[in-house]
Amino acid sequence: MSLAGHTIDSIRAGLLAKKFSAQEFTRQALAHAEAENPKTNAYLTFAPERALNAARAVDAKIAKGEDPGALAGVPIAVKDVIVTRGVKTTCGSKMLANYVPPYDATAIIRIEEAGGVILGKTNCDEFAMGSSNENSAFGPVRNPAALDRVPGGSSGGSAAVVAQGTAVLSLGSDTGGSIRQPASFCGVAGVTPTYGRVSRYGLTAFASSLDHIGPFARTVRDSARLLQVMAGRDEKDATSAFAPVPDYAALSGDLRGMKIGMPREYFDGLASDTGDRIMAAVDMLKNLGCEVRDIHLPHTPYAVACYYIIATAEASANLARYDGVRYTTRSSNAHTLSEMYRLSRDEGFGDECKRRIMLGTYVLSHGYYDAYYVKAQKVRGLITRDFAQAFEQVDAIVAPVSPFPAFRIGEKMNDPVSMYLSDIYTITGSLAGIPCMSVPCGVTPGGLPVGLQILTKHFNEMAMFRVAEAYERASTN
Amino acid sequence: MEALATPEMIAKYEPVIGLEVHVQLATNTKIFCGCPTGFGAAPNSNVCPVCLGLPGALPVLNRQAVELAIEASLALNCTVNSKSIFARKNYFYPDLPKGYQISQFDQPLAEHGFVEVSVRGETKRIGVTRVHMEDDAGKSLHEGFKDSDRYTYVDLNRSGTPLIEIVSEPDIRTSDEAHAYLTEIKQVMQYLGVSTCDMEKGQLRCDANVSVRLKGAEKFGTKAEVKNLNSFRFLKMALDHEIARQVALLESGGRVVQETRLYDPDADETISMRSKESAHDYRYFPEPDLAPLRISEVWMARIRERMPELPASRRQRFIESYGLREYDAHVLTATRPMSEYFEAVVAASGDARAAANWVMGDLAALLKQEGKEIEDSPIAAERLGQLVKLIGEGKINGKLAKDIFPKMVETGDDPDTIMRREGLTAISDEGALGKIIDEVIAANPKQVEQYKSGKQQVIGFLVGQAMKASRGQADPATMNRMLKDKL
Repeated sequence: MSLAGHTIDSIRAGLLAKKFSAQEFTRQALAHAEAENPKTNAYLTFAPERALNAARAVDAKIAKGEDPGALAGVPIAVKDVIVTRGVKTTCGSKMLANYVPPYDATAIIRIEEAGGVILGKTNCDEFAMGSSNENSAFGPVRNPAALDRVPGGSSGGSAAVVAQGTAVLSLGSDTGGSIRQPASFCGVAGVTPTYGRVSRYGLTAFASSLDHIGPFARTVRDSARLLQVMAGRDEKDATSAFAPVPDYAALSGDLRGMKIGMPREYFDGLASDTGDRIMAAVDMLKNLGCEVRDIHLPHTPYAVACYYIIATAEASANLARYDGVRYTTRSSNAHTLSEMYRLSRDEGFGDECKRRIMLGTYVLSHGYYDAYYVKAQKVRGLITRDFAQAFEQVDAIVAPVSPFPAFRIGEKMNDPVSMYLSDIYTITGSLAGIPCMSVPCGVTPGGLPVGLQILTKHFNEMAMFRVAEAYERASTN
Repeated sequence: MEALATPEMIAKYEPVIGLEVHVQLATNTKIFCGCPTGFGAAPNSNVCPVCLGLPGALPVLNRQAVELAIEASLALNCTVNSKSIFARKNYFYPDLPKGYQISQFDQPLAEHGFVEVSVRGETKRIGVTRVHMEDDAGKSLHEGFKDSDRYTYVDLNRSGTPLIEIVSEPDIRTSDEAHAYLTEIKQVMQYLGVSTCDMEKGQLRCDANVSVRLKGAEKFGTKAEVKNLNSFRFLKMALDHEIARQVALLESGGRVVQETRLYDPDADETISMRSKESAHDYRYFPEPDLAPLRISEVWMARIRERMPELPASRRQRFIESYGLREYDAHVLTATRPMSEYFEAVVAASGDARAAANWVMGDLAALLKQEGKEIEDSPIAAERLGQLVKLIGEGKINGKLAKDIFPKMVETGDDPDTIMRREGLTAISDEGALGKIIDEVIAANPKQVEQYKSGKQQVIGFLVGQAMKASRGQADPATMNRMLKDKL
C-alpha cells in the first residue's frame, strides 16, 4: 500500500470511520516501505516493534473514545541523526554503525504523544554533512523522481521516503539547507523553522548554532501540522524559544495585498530551467494578489564562506566526542591512547567529515581565530541584519532553493567546492535563523522537481505557510 | 633529582607566584544536568545522556550553581559581570566525554577581586584576577582492576560537577603567603556554604604559576606551572621546592623553561609534564548550546542579602565588640561553626572574654581529646554559656567550674543542676567564711607570725589552707581579702 495518497486527515478519517485500525495501517505501511526501499536505499533501519506499539496505543485510545492525537496513526520516518531510544541511530556514519541510544529526542517524544507512528530511520549524509546524500557510510540514496540522481542532502532519505510514498511525513535536520534542498530535489514540502522553534535535544549536533529539526510532507498543511506538534519550549534545550506556538494549520489562503520580496542577488544570472520555474511561481503569486518587489540582501556573496567557517568550527568540537572511548567504534589496530584516538577517528569518519573537522580545527586555532571565526560571526550579523531590513519592506521573501535540480549520482563527488556552492541560496536563511521552506513548483523540461523557497521573519512561520499553501493550491489546481 | 639552591642563593631572589584554585560547588545536582553530585556512588551510576556526552544531549545551566558562584565572587570582592559567556575548551582525554570542557574564557563570571591575608602579623592584599564557572571531567582509574596493566577504566560520576576556578594575580611572594591565601579562600567558601572544600575528595584543588627574579628586578622571570598541589602541606612543599629549583638553574647559568610540572609529594620534587611548544591549543570559542549568562542587579541584590557575615569582618567585629585579641579572634573565626558556637556562649554568659577562654581552653582540649569537631561538641554552647555565667555571678568559682565541666560531659546535665546536686556552690556567707579563717589562723601560728613580721607572700599559703578547708567552695579573692583584714 503506497502512502502517496495519504495525508494526516485521510488517515484520521479512516481510523475514526473504522476503515482500518492503526495497527493494520502500520503493518501495511511497513510492508510496503520494506518492499520498496531497495529502489532508493532511503531507509537505513525499520522499527516495526516501536511502530506497532505506537499504533496499538492509538487503537486503544480510539476504542476508549479518546482523542487519538493530532498525528494519529500517521507513518513517520526519522532522519538517522535524531536519536531514538532502543532504535539504532547511526548518523550515516561507520563511527556509530551499531549505536543504540538510551533516550529519545524531544521531537520524537512529542510526535509519539500525538499518536504518530515512527516507521524507521532514514539515510543521510554522514553527520548531516553533505548536499547529495552520497556521504553516507551506508550507500547513496536514489531520487525517487529519477533513480540515477541524488535526492539532495543531507536529509536525502527523509525527502525520498515522502516522495516515494514509503512514509507520509518525515523529519529532517537542516544546518545550511539540508531540508529545503532535498525537498526541492524530490518534489516535496520541507520546512526549516525558526532557530529555537523546535527543541534540538536529541538531534546529533553538527553545527549547534545552525542545526534545526524540521518536517517533510507531501502537502504544506501536513508539514505545518507536524511542525505544530514538535514546536515549543523544551527545558532540555537552553536555546529553545519561549515564544507561543500559533495554530499553523489555520491557513486563510488569501494572499491579497501581501508584499513579497525578490532578492536581486538571488535572481541575477538565474537563467536556467530552475529560474524559469521560479519566475513562473512568482507570476502566480502576483496573480494571487501579492505585491512583488525587488529587494537587496547585499551580504549574500559572503554567506557560503561565512557558513563554512562557523559550521565547521562548531562541528570540529561537536564531533570530538566520537573518540573510540565509549559508544563509537574503536580501532582494533591501536596500541596507545593517541593511536586509539587517531585510528578510531581515521577509520570511523568519512572524507567529508574529516575535511570539515580539519577546516574547523584550523579556523579556531591560535592566531587564526580572529581572522576567521570572529570575522565570520560579524558577517553572520550583517546577513541577519540584511533580512531584518528586508522584512521592514516585505512580508515574505521568495527565492530559488538550489541553482540546479537533482544532479547525477557521482557527478559532483570530486568537486567539494561546487557541492558547497549548491547551498548558496539556502545558507543565508540558516545563518539568519529565520523560518524558510521549500514548496514544490513544478518540474524542469527534463522532469526534475524544482522547489520555491519562501522565507519570513523570526517566528513568523504563519506567513510562510500562508504563502506556501496558497501557492500550492493555485499551482496544483 | 636536580640540584636545589642554597638558602643564601634563594635569598637573592624574589619568587612571584599566582594560584589557580578550583572549588567544587556544593550543589545538589550537576552544572548542566539533573544528576546528583554525591561522592562515592558506584562507578558510572550518577550519569545521564548529558554528562555522558551522548550524541544529541544538550547542557542546561544549573541556577543554584550560578548563585553559589556569584556568592563566591562577591565574597572575593569581585565585580560580577552582568553578562558572561560560556566557551568550549577543546582537548581529548578519555574522561572528558564531550571532547571539550564547558568553561568561560574571555568573558568570565567575575573579575577584579582581592583577598586579604595576614602573614606574621602583616596584612597583605592579593588580587583575584577572575572567577569563572566550568564543568568537571570524569575520573580515569588506572589501578584496582585485574586487567589494569592493560586497560584504564573511566568513571563519569564526577563528569559535569560544577566548579569555579579562582585565578589570582601574581601577587604572592612566599609559600607562606600562598598557604594563607588558600586558607582564606577555603574559609570563605566554607562560611558561605559554597563548597565543603574537602581536599581529599578533590573539592578544592590548586595549581600554581611560579617564577623567580632577582630582588629589585622589574621584569618577571619565566614561569612554570606546577600542578597537583592537593593539600596545604604539598602546596608549601612544592612551592619551596620549585623556587629552589628555579634559583639553582639561574645561579648555575641556566634558564627556566616555560612548562607544566607535576608535583610528586613522595619524592618532594616537581617533574616536567610538557613544554610550551607541546602545550595545548584549546581552540576556545563561545558555547553555542548556552545563551550568554545575564545577571540582573535584582538577582545579585537578592544573593548579596542572604550572604552570611564573612570571616574577615567577623574577625574584625570580634575584636571591636568583644574586645578580643587578634590571635583569639583568628582562632574563634577559623570556621563558621566555631564562630557561631563562640557567639552562642557569649550570648548565654554575657562575658565574651571568659567565653573565649573556655572555648579555646577547656572546650578545645576536650574536643581534641575526643577527636570531635565543634559541630559535634558534647557540650552545647548554651550549657557552656551557663557555666561561664555561674562564675560571673559568683555562684561558683573557677575551680568549681573546672570540676563541673567534666561532669557536664559525663552526665549531659546542665551546670546548675550539677552544682546543686553536688553541693558545689561557692560559700559567700561571710560568717561561715570567718569561721574557716579563724580555724586556719589558729592551726598555723608559725605562718601567721611570719606574715605579721612582713613576709607577705605567706598569705598565699594561708588562702590555700582556707580554700582547702572550704572544699573549694569559697571564692579565693574574698578569702584573701578577709584573711588580710583579720590579720
